[in-house]
Amino acid sequence: MLPLKISGLQRLARILALPLPIVVAGCSGGVLDPAGPVGADDATILIDATAIMLAIVIPTLVLAYWIAWRYRASNSKAEYLPYWSYSGRIEAVVWSIPILTIMFIGGVIWIGSFRLDPFKPLPSKNPPLEVQVVSLDWKWLFIYPKQGIATVNQLVVPAGTPVHFSITSASVFNAFFIPRLGSMIYAMPGMVSQLNLQADRPGNLWGTSAQFSGDGFSDMQFQVKSVSAADFEGWALKAGATGPRLDRAAYESLMRQTQRVVPSTYRAIDPQLFDAIASQKIAPGPGPQPGNPEHAGREISTGGKD
Amino acid sequence: MFGKLNLSAIPLSQPIPLITSMIVILLVVGVLVLVTVKKWWPYLWHEWITSVDHKRIGIMYCLLGVLMLVRGFADAIMMRTQQAMAIEAPGYLPPEHYNQIFTAHGTIMILFGAMPLVLGFMNFLVPLQLGVRDVAFPTFNSVGFWLTASGALLVNVSLFIGEFARTGWLPYPPLSETTYTPGVGVDYYLWAVQISGVGTLITGINIVTTVLKMRCRGMSYLRMPVFCWTALASCMLIVAVFPILTATLAMLTLDRYVGWHYFTNTAGGNPMMFVNLIWAWGHPEVYILVLPAFGIFSEIFPTFSGKPLFGYRSMVAATLFICVVSMMVWLHHFFTMGAGAAVNTFFGISSSVIAVGTGVKIYNWIFTMYGGRVRFETPMLWSMGFIFTFIIGGLTGVLLAVPPADFLTHNSMFLVAHFHNVIVGGVVFAVFAGVEFWFPKAFGFRLHQGLGKAAFWFAFIGFWVTFAPLYVLGLMGMTRRLQHINFPEWRPLLYVSVVGVGILVLGVISQVMQLVVSIRDREKLRDVTGDPWDGRSLEWATPSPPPFFNFAVMPNVEGEEAYWGIKLRAVETQQLSPEPEYEPIEMPVNSAVGIYTAFFAAVFGFAMIWYIWWLAIVALVAAYAGFAMFAWRDVHEFEVPVEEVARVDRARRAAREIFLTQLARREALP
Repeated sequence: MLPLKISGLQRLARILALPLPIVVAGCSGGVLDPAGPVGADDATILIDATAIMLAIVIPTLVLAYWIAWRYRASNSKAEYLPYWSYSGRIEAVVWSIPILTIMFIGGVIWIGSFRLDPFKPLPSKNPPLEVQVVSLDWKWLFIYPKQGIATVNQLVVPAGTPVHFSITSASVFNAFFIPRLGSMIYAMPGMVSQLNLQADRPGNLWGTSAQFSGDGFSDMQFQVKSVSAADFEGWALKAGATGPRLDRAAYESLMRQTQRVVPSTYRAIDPQLFDAIASQKIAPGPGPQPGNPEHAGREISTGGKD
Repeated sequence: MFGKLNLSAIPLSQPIPLITSMIVILLVVGVLVLVTVKKWWPYLWHEWITSVDHKRIGIMYCLLGVLMLVRGFADAIMMRTQQAMAIEAPGYLPPEHYNQIFTAHGTIMILFGAMPLVLGFMNFLVPLQLGVRDVAFPTFNSVGFWLTASGALLVNVSLFIGEFARTGWLPYPPLSETTYTPGVGVDYYLWAVQISGVGTLITGINIVTTVLKMRCRGMSYLRMPVFCWTALASCMLIVAVFPILTATLAMLTLDRYVGWHYFTNTAGGNPMMFVNLIWAWGHPEVYILVLPAFGIFSEIFPTFSGKPLFGYRSMVAATLFICVVSMMVWLHHFFTMGAGAAVNTFFGISSSVIAVGTGVKIYNWIFTMYGGRVRFETPMLWSMGFIFTFIIGGLTGVLLAVPPADFLTHNSMFLVAHFHNVIVGGVVFAVFAGVEFWFPKAFGFRLHQGLGKAAFWFAFIGFWVTFAPLYVLGLMGMTRRLQHINFPEWRPLLYVSVVGVGILVLGVISQVMQLVVSIRDREKLRDVTGDPWDGRSLEWATPSPPPFFNFAVMPNVEGEEAYWGIKLRAVETQQLSPEPEYEPIEMPVNSAVGIYTAFFAAVFGFAMIWYIWWLAIVALVAAYAGFAMFAWRDVHEFEVPVEEVARVDRARRAAREIFLTQLARREALP
């Protein structure tokens, strides 16, 4: 919760925000139904900022339509001031209102940006879980370096424990986003962005790419399972015992463009893999390959030659 | 011989583009046959195609803009229906087609729909409002228009020869690099936008020069109508930022054509640099569009309130404030890049600070109505609809400028709803209001009021029914540009949105009917006075339509609202000012250099897209030769004889005499 110190305004903001839950009643499962502290803080700021602005927008709209109606040409009762076009006092007010509103919002922006910087670790008694995220064409690879396992399109996290994500891309831009956990951040080739999130309770969530990345983009969603710490340990041990190894050859085949990829796990990883991807020691994904049947796009433009 | 071009470029196996292309080709052929049979070519050639008259060029800009709005709207219908049909289903548009459609929709609506409309208004109005006879560089102006048209042509050619870009309207690398998008789509985008960008830059230079150097006597800066101020601010932005676009796209072109590494994934390329550069143009571009829209409303509110604009000077200050600050906000398009809290704070605050300028403007329009006699004719309806839509769009805009809120809504349908809120509610509503308002000035007859009002209500309601659900979908986590939807719970809202599009279709039909009915009833709707709305600025001092030289005698301005002063004086003294001494007028001669250069620019672009190098060289040489020949011409102007000037102006004065008696009678009423 962002501390808005002025309690009167806060109350006003709360009252004005009342209709919001009605408007977004259908939003369960969305960003206004947060399942973790970051999402909750983001959503609070979203609602607070809306309330601050509604406090000024609603009176302005009422004023606009009231004046227009009051001074309609057919209303002979309203006075006609054909030369009235300046008033220093009104000018002062009309500049002050937006300036004060924006100063207030500016404070929210300032405090919010620093409090909710995605790179900032979350305060917790539990040490954070490290997860390395690679966006590929068109699926997500999650590497658990400490557990020595990896998953595709499936993210399992322990509830109540902060998760520190290191995110890169092995092809084009994507954005890593789990709506109910909060802040999204870009996955960019050759760069590593960081994000700290936490799920409060066990439950099933979903994540997605929020940056268009080509033909398979619509299916770049992934399961997010928040489980108890004990279940997480159990899951990690089980995953470490089954499935294929994620070596260079397996990774090379992952880099090929594929769509609608079913979630799966890898039992062992090359510990240098993420660094090699992020530093592009492993060349980024090859893009569309004419021989790849998974690549749906018809390259009409190349005349079959290119 | 033909580079990459061969028969497989024609989408024979794809029924939708194929049938659309066939219909478009038939329509174009039909129009060409009609023009030929009716022997309209000489008229079109001399009066329009080679015309350097700013009014004609302005009207052609608007015509191009309206055509492209229709094309872009067709894309929008396909996008909304595809998403509604593709819920846990493939829908009817495969990704490689759907991705072209949203790319084309954005590119066309912004660069070939909204831009030409806004540039058209500036061309038509600025010289008339400043009391001058033409823009600073009339032939250059024609070149600018035709280059924009060439760009639009190339985008539309991609419909049936090859494909359009599938990357989104701003082709972010590395997706837009050859590794990930090898086809000609991005090349179509690059050359179309480059060619039209040159055209836009030319118009920008032209309007800036016109405003700074060519005002009539007495038209000091602080007497200019606010529309001229917004046109100046908008064109200064064009001059400042379009070169960034040109350079950025040139770098991407070099990456794609000769394998350089400005923005590539590897070999030291930096794709994020493209994102920064493109938004350094892209965000001011939004204000290039919306500032003249504000200008249009600043003309409409006073006219239909029967009193001067409230707070003229603060309006000018707010315009220039927005003009400057708009260049310092670009990073808010990618807060999610992870730039760090301090950077995000700076750009968050600078973005929301723009709302101060727009807020002041909105209050000034409201207080313009205070104490007025507000007439709710069609232009005023659009303006009132704008107030609501734009304020809500501004609210959601400031929300998106708050980085933590943006972390939830970036690239979501919430964002889509927001920018349609400001661009449709701001720019498109302004354009429709402006068309209703200035149509009688341009063509000599009014538009049908009933159908105009119907169009407004359909558009206004349709807009909200389409986009309100998208706000909610955005908050539910729906991201933009999805070809199909894996979440059945989004179905109801996606359906509502389609209903909204249906209502918008009714709005478009009303607009078309309004035009048809008004042309049919043009004698009944004729504006004989030249001042159908009780106007206040100089364009209403001319007859409708104005003669090609605009003013027989250059006006002498003695205050703000130049024409209002002249009109008041005439009503008070019950006579027009004494007949001036007419003199012959020098006007620029028509020139074919615009269409000629643009034709070869289009050929050059097409040749580059398809790697037909010889044709590219031929076209480039031919276009250059056109410039050279133009530079060598001896006759630049022709003289309008004094008798002709006197004849035209006496007819105007006769109409004004009648108008004056009407005005006097109206004033006499209680």
